[in-house]
Amino acid sequence: MSRYFAPTTAAEAAALLAEHGGARVVAGGTDLVVAARGGKHRMPEVLIAIHGATDLASLVENEDGVRLGALTSHAWIERSPLIGSHWSALADASALVGSPATRANGTLGGNLMNASPAMDTGAPLLVFEADVELLSLRGTRTVPVADLLAGAGRTTAEPDELLTSVRLPDLPPATGSAYVRLEHRRAMEIAVVGAAALVTLGDDGRVADCRVALSAAAPTCVRAREAEDLLRGLRPDGASFRDAAALATGAVQPITDVRASARYRRAMISVVVSRALAVAAARAAGTDIAVPANRNLPTVTAGSTG
Amino acid sequence: MKYPLNVRVNGVETSVDVEPHRSLLNVLREDIGLTGPKEGCDDSECGACMVLVDGRPVNSCSYLALQTDGREITTIEGVSEPSCPHSIQQALLEEGGVQCGFCTPGIVMSAKALLDANPSCDEDEVRLALGGNLCRCTGYQKIVRAVLRAAEQLQDRAGTTG
Ligand SMILES: Cc1cc2nc3c(=O)[nH]c(=O)nc-3n(C[C@H](O)[C@H](O)[C@H](O)COP(=O)(O)OP(=O)(O)OC[C@H]3O[C@@H](n4cnc5c(N)ncnc54)[C@H](O)[C@@H]3O)c2cc1C
Ligand code: FES
Ligand code: FES
Repeated sequence: MSRYFAPTTAAEAAALLAEHGGARVVAGGTDLVVAARGGKHRMPEVLIAIHGATDLASLVENEDGVRLGALTSHAWIERSPLIGSHWSALADASALVGSPATRANGTLGGNLMNASPAMDTGAPLLVFEADVELLSLRGTRTVPVADLLAGAGRTTAEPDELLTSVRLPDLPPATGSAYVRLEHRRAMEIAVVGAAALVTLGDDGRVADCRVALSAAAPTCVRAREAEDLLRGLRPDGASFRDAAALATGAVQPITDVRASARYRRAMISVVVSRALAVAAARAAGTDIAVPANRNLPTVTAGSTG
Repeated sequence: MKYPLNVRVNGVETSVDVEPHRSLLNVLREDIGLTGPKEGCDDSECGACMVLVDGRPVNSCSYLALQTDGREITTIEGVSEPSCPHSIQQALLEEGGVQCGFCTPGIVMSAKALLDANPSCDEDEVRLALGGNLCRCTGYQKIVRAVLRAAEQLQDRAGTTG
């Protein structure tokens, strides 16, 4: 007999998860309900619908960054001037998700907990070194996104843990970020491969720090640390980006599926990485490149990586 | 097990009892008798089932009916009276943006969500807003023209009353 609960607070939701083994949380339902109706998974017997838990839809700004509630929608992120200007790669990613209806209902928490290797917010959250807060009757724990993502469709959260928020740490000055994905069409698409990049420029104009992460290239979104190491200290130009991007390919084991072959994905990773790096560096230097970067690539970038 | 669902549908308070797994589309069509929203794919791909929940577009085929409890739903039936079509509907007729009509209720709802939020939209914004709506007949150009035309009319009207 299937059961349904609609808690109005996070604490109530956590208590329900503890009480009903096998219960599943549903936020926007754009993964869970769609997969169940499509026959991919069975609809869980106990559904805990958290859309009305208003304490999961808050934004808190403090000295160590911003904390976005699990229910934060892609539509909100896409339009937020705060996220767009400080954590641009996340806004670039949310703006690409599905259709306006998908973005209005799909949540950041759901995107993370669904843990698709092709999820768009994963790579941006990795380059920000974001962490999440998980709540259960045992208390609250903080887990870096890098440790949360365990495999395709798997996280390290326990079945009774509720993701309550995602923290985006503050970034140093002269930092820019971007998320770029390769897509076959402009809407209702899932990344063929995607890359997020973060670049901090030093006083000498060189790359003082950088981070790169990939989506749809491995069983989880992953950092490409060799590419990052190479780029530090170099000039932020097309040649450096291409060299770093070539190394990013080494971080991954792409698969063949309906959207692309492993070989094609491998070849395209360096393209999206150098595009993401170019946009991140341009933003770090103060150039205004509108969200989503994917649809506003500077022509010189497109040309130099083609 | 059934749970009570109390919603305001097109301005009318409505109560039905539904099972947890049932979609909003299914409940609207089978229990509430509103057959304007269509089932094209039942998989969030086509947009024929689009309705507004608290003014936001939702693929009703893939949304749990119970999650709309206490909320406000607008379907195509609530957009206008047949004798007095909405500007979007009138423009679709005038531009030839309707052929078989199956996609039309969903197109109108997506367009309404856009124009309610952003009446001064441009062509790019219209195309993005309709990104989740498939049409097998028209080739989209006439639909996009119609939405832009409706936007102009709504703005003109806003101008004269404002
Ligand atoms: C047409 C379409 C297009 C899409 N396009 C994209 C795309 O381009 N890019 C992309 O990344 N995704 C895409 N998606 C997938 C989906 O929309 C996103 O992953 C979305 O962010 C999921 O959020 P949700 O709230 O709907 O999740 P739900 O479906 O409600 O939940 C997803 C999973 O997370 C769990 N969960 C949700 N919230 C919590 C929480 N707070 N704590 C613990 N567990 C939780 C659920 O139990 C479930 O397992 C698309 C989906 C559709 C239908
Ligand atoms: S029937 Fe809902 S999107 Fe196709
Ligand atoms: S008019 Fe036939 S599908 Fe659009």
